[in-house]
Amino acid sequence: MNSFAPVLQLVICNLKGFLREPEAIFWTYGFPLLMVIGLGIAFSGSSAQSVQFDVIEGPAAQQVVAAIGKDPGFKVKVNARDEAMTRLRTNRTLVVVDPSGDGTYQYFFDPSNPESKAARSAVDDALQRAAGRKDAFTSKEVKVQAPGSRYVDFLVPGLIGMNIMGGGMWGIGFTLVDMRIKKLLKRLLATPLRRPHFLLSLVGMRLVFFIPEAFFLLLSAYLIFKVPIRGSIFAISAVAFLGSLAFSGLGLLAASRAQRIETISGIMNLVMLPMWLCSGIFFSSERFPDFMQPMIQALPLTQVINALRAVILEGHSLFSQATPIGILLAWAAVSFTLALKWFRWG
Amino acid sequence: MDHAIVCKELYKRYEDGKKKAVDALNGLNLTIRTGECFGLLGPNGAGKTTTVEILEGLIAPTSGQVEVLGVRWGTGQDQELRERIGITLQETRFQEKLKVWEVLALFRSFYVHGMTVEQAIATVALEEKANSWVRDLSGGQRQRLAVATALVGEPELLFLDEPTTGLDPQARRRLWDVIRDLRERGRTALITTHYMDEAEKLCDRVAVIDHGKVIAEGSPNQLISQLGGEHIIEFSLEKADGISIQLSDFLKLTSVIHAVQEAEGFLLTVGQPHIAIPAVLEFLDQQQARLNSLTTRHVNLEDVFVSLTGRYLRDE
Repeated sequence: MNSFAPVLQLVICNLKGFLREPEAIFWTYGFPLLMVIGLGIAFSGSSAQSVQFDVIEGPAAQQVVAAIGKDPGFKVKVNARDEAMTRLRTNRTLVVVDPSGDGTYQYFFDPSNPESKAARSAVDDALQRAAGRKDAFTSKEVKVQAPGSRYVDFLVPGLIGMNIMGGGMWGIGFTLVDMRIKKLLKRLLATPLRRPHFLLSLVGMRLVFFIPEAFFLLLSAYLIFKVPIRGSIFAISAVAFLGSLAFSGLGLLAASRAQRIETISGIMNLVMLPMWLCSGIFFSSERFPDFMQPMIQALPLTQVINALRAVILEGHSLFSQATPIGILLAWAAVSFTLALKWFRWG
Repeated sequence: MDHAIVCKELYKRYEDGKKKAVDALNGLNLTIRTGECFGLLGPNGAGKTTTVEILEGLIAPTSGQVEVLGVRWGTGQDQELRERIGITLQETRFQEKLKVWEVLALFRSFYVHGMTVEQAIATVALEEKANSWVRDLSGGQRQRLAVATALVGEPELLFLDEPTTGLDPQARRRLWDVIRDLRERGRTALITTHYMDEAEKLCDRVAVIDHGKVIAEGSPNQLISQLGGEHIIEFSLEKADGISIQLSDFLKLTSVIHAVQEAEGFLLTVGQPHIAIPAVLEFLDQQQARLNSLTTRHVNLEDVFVSLTGRYLRDE
């Protein structure tokens, strides 16, 4: 028996345990894939989405419908005032047009909602033109929908990052608390197993799992939506693994003392919530105000996703990602050190 | 080496912030010889598990000395010491979806020396279940698997913490066979239990622990003979007015050593039942008391515990 046999055995046992849990496999692989497919279809439809707006019932309502009702870029509904306002408040329509009957219009819309604001302009433009306004010049439109710049392309690295976070934190944290509850940790402590070997086995487990976590999604997205993979496999692997390592450290830290599943679930959600919201999974983290940026940029998930987008979509090399790599390594080092200090076997 | 375990003046206090500190051990002394099967007896909460976990190096005593196989915990030889001991905890649940042989292969990998996985499985007679998931094992089979993980490193010293608690009689007996087999092979073993019959059947020597202290120590027979008699007569009387029997009256009878009144009747410790029984019957006849029931049996460790503490083990 060589001295790393225990590490190998622990990894193998964890792996077998995982592969024998169909639910775990679904939540790890099936669920993110369904999410990519669902969101990909919702946002990558070939026809541009039409603008939804309501017109308040009245003698002049038919003029509006006649003016722009046939334009495929608009979807118009005629409704009573109360009904239309309720639809606006509940986001089922973007703008409510109130025709006065004398050729002027009143628009109701929500200026804090970018879609509502854009819809107001579009409706206004269309009505002005229908009323006879002439454009000062003719503009030309170039529609950009090439692979690599669509929403689905933006989304996939975000979901991979989210997957790596979830895998690392749940994979390590949940496993440890479960072992603690079952008194397995205590039982292992009573064997000659060396503690660093035990921790190494957790890292080893991540080393095995990050590959399917990252590449299963990426490959599926590549095959289904032609999401481009411009960077090297090595660079993508390195970023994914470093992310995995940082989140393993956080998972280990979160689980270092928790005695119950409820406790660890609470801690995990508390740690992951800011990252779900701010780290740019579904929209760019740069949309948050400037004063929040230093905090957001320090989050490990922000760095994983930024680096993944850079290498996958833009084909950057690993060396250009020194900042994300540095931040991820720092997270891993700090969390592992603290976790080792606080870790409780019993 | 003569002694596998020596511990002197062990104290363990659990402090838990707001709650009152609990003294689990109050100056416990214990010596276990190499090659013997030693039983640690006592009610729940007496300090058995605290004692074994200190001996196993899993928790540190508040004060006191512990030497296991000639080594003290925390002197830089813990790793070597763990190679030489095997343990089962009171409760360990192995991963439900691992097979029996996989669990044992995992534990085998922790030890430099040891038996093969097949040997370990054979030692606890789990051959038929080698390929079953842990999930599909019965309580007794799980407990035997736990014992196998303790044995797979071929330890010099074995700790079994309440190995048969919660098992049905048949499963208990199978586990006893396993332990007896180990004893015959000269392994030193420390077993905690609150079953007296288990200690009598398995152990060369036992120590009775109560409130964190050893209150009696010796071979089961020695402890039993400390009671003075080897037999117990239990009897109950039919309800009748005007009969007043004092316990001290029984002690005047030939061969009666000890008398206790219980809820259902009387319990006499006697030296020779064939002399004591006629005397008791004659005395009851004189008092015009009518017997409801009468049984005799050998004294057991339970009686020892009752006479030492005035309490029953099961009450705890």
